[in-house]
Amino acid sequence: MRNIFKTSYLIILLLVGTHEVNAAEKVKLLKTDWSFKGLFGKFDRGSLQRGYQVYTEVCSSCHSMKYVSYRNLFEPGGPEFTEDQAKAIAASFEVTDGPNNDGEMFLRPAKLSDKFVMPFENVKAAQAANGGAYPPDMSVLAKARSGGVDYIYSVLLGYEDPPSGIMLDNGVYYNKYMYGNNIKMSEPLSDGSVEYSDGTIASKEQMAKDVTTFLMWAAEPHLESRHKMGFKAILYLIILTILVYFSMKKIWSRIESEV
Amino acid sequence: MSDHEYIPKSKFGKWFNDRLPLLSLASHLTDYPTPKNLNYWWTFGGILTFCLITQIVTGLTLAMHYIAHADLAFESVEHIMRDVNYGWLIRYIHANGASMFFLAVYIHIFRSLFYGSYKSPREIIWIIGIIIYLLMMAAAFMGYVLPWGQMSFWGATVITNLFSAIPLVGEGIVNWLWGGYSVDNPTLTRFFTLHYLIPFLILGLVVLHIWALHIPGNNNPVGIDVKKPSKDTVPFHPYIVIKDAFALLMFTIVFAFFVFYSPNILGHADNYIEANPMVTPAHIVPEWYLLPFYAILRSVPDKLMGVVAMLSAILILAALPWLDTSKIRSAVFRPLYKQFYWILLVDVLVLGYVGAMPAEGLYLLIARVATAYYFIHFLIILPVLGFKEKTIPLPLSITEPVLGGFPNAAIVKEKKV
Repeated sequence: MRNIFKTSYLIILLLVGTHEVNAAEKVKLLKTDWSFKGLFGKFDRGSLQRGYQVYTEVCSSCHSMKYVSYRNLFEPGGPEFTEDQAKAIAASFEVTDGPNNDGEMFLRPAKLSDKFVMPFENVKAAQAANGGAYPPDMSVLAKARSGGVDYIYSVLLGYEDPPSGIMLDNGVYYNKYMYGNNIKMSEPLSDGSVEYSDGTIASKEQMAKDVTTFLMWAAEPHLESRHKMGFKAILYLIILTILVYFSMKKIWSRIESEV
Repeated sequence: MSDHEYIPKSKFGKWFNDRLPLLSLASHLTDYPTPKNLNYWWTFGGILTFCLITQIVTGLTLAMHYIAHADLAFESVEHIMRDVNYGWLIRYIHANGASMFFLAVYIHIFRSLFYGSYKSPREIIWIIGIIIYLLMMAAAFMGYVLPWGQMSFWGATVITNLFSAIPLVGEGIVNWLWGGYSVDNPTLTRFFTLHYLIPFLILGLVVLHIWALHIPGNNNPVGIDVKKPSKDTVPFHPYIVIKDAFALLMFTIVFAFFVFYSPNILGHADNYIEANPMVTPAHIVPEWYLLPFYAILRSVPDKLMGVVAMLSAILILAALPWLDTSKIRSAVFRPLYKQFYWILLVDVLVLGYVGAMPAEGLYLLIARVATAYYFIHFLIILPVLGFKEKTIPLPLSITEPVLGGFPNAAIVKEKKV
């Protein structure tokens, strides 16, 4: 029994270990305390709402978020705006719909059921407007980079003057944490880029943390219910395992007495 | 099924059983005499059956929402993750289930290696197992392609390109596999079809695997034949059923931790980027469970020979019952084999590790040494060991002590075996 525990522990450690080694970059990523990590991790509503504000006011002019719908903004486990707030947010965007009965496409205000309106029609248009670089869609970005939220947080805060001897092309910036250290996005955040309505001071770190939290939610909208269900499921399994263990001991006691 | 004749009690039962002996089968399965000294390493057969069923059930559910089209696959997976009720749960169980399946199958295989379960009269069980393992790898590989992320696309490109190493017809075969001149929509749709088919083939083979097992009965940690039924055996139900259930529950706790608390740790971040034929990821790595073979593939400088080495590494296992010349099954009584067994295990883990690293410098050197050792183990050490090794005398039965001999029941009881 003991051995099984030990061995399975070792195997898991090894599995996770190799992965960590894989993911480990030469530069150590910045860390901050994320409220959504851990067994009971939950999103900080305030942070999500502020993060949404940073996304809309700063990121969304270039970065799309095409898998997220306006209705998600008021659904449980997310920023939890009120339904009316979410409706108002949606209505401030215009989407192309149609064709109508005359065969014409037309513009209408977005509804809760619409996906986030994209800043560019397509990838080519996005590239053309951004010096050839495509600003990646942000729907699953937090899961699409090794290092995850820590990586995104670090990149947002990792802008520096290039070390002497490194010449950068026009429109390329130096970032300590970006793969290859070259990034085509100019530093997006500076102190006071947005004005938070809840009185939180919009420092660079605060905005980076808020928007990264928002990105994590966008990538994993059911994270909270996953954590909640996981706790219940595992607790249930542990209790059942204990019960089955004692039943097993009882049943096998008939045999072992014979040996 | 040599058990005593089963006669149903009810009239209808008898009538039915005479026409289709399902009740006899059920009776055989419950009474099936099992060695009573099986340890927890023997519970992985049941665990693997659970894994297969889980994959099939979650897979069927996913297939109801997934769209196998190059332009829609990635989006449909996001649709499952966001909008389908508990879609995230089903997908995470399926994705991590593949890893759990392989974790269990590797334990199952290495249990067999330690206790010599592949030896006469169980060669057919073993060979069916190897075929199942091969099909599992095919199913897992094609399944990983379906989300149509960057790793899906480039993994598919790298692996299918291996066939181009075949002389003369290689290129043609690759185009035939792709259904075109690159990995594209036709590749995706056929992979989906095959990914859907293979689990049912595996299911059929599992039935044969268990059928073949029930002819000689289980091997056991002592590795000697047991009389059935006797004091050495217990009926499958309830003794083995409850023990399997306990082990399975322990396993599902680990499984649940992955699903609920780190569902993406075993995957690759790049697979959350939609497939893009114009951008190659910095490192293309397969899933962890294929890494040892990937390392073998890359350790050979020649492409064709690399593919041959990789395939031989798997197929050599099918010849294992004849490569291992020792008549003694359990490593408990083979002091030298036991040491080589652990070296092999470490060797495979090392191969897995270097498989995840770039194939250059020290990593490549380690990969080559480890690859060489892998083959030396099976082709040289095992055949020679059977003749040279001085084994420990076997006990007469798994419960009765040998008169004045060693090892005796005390050791068996202490669970040292």
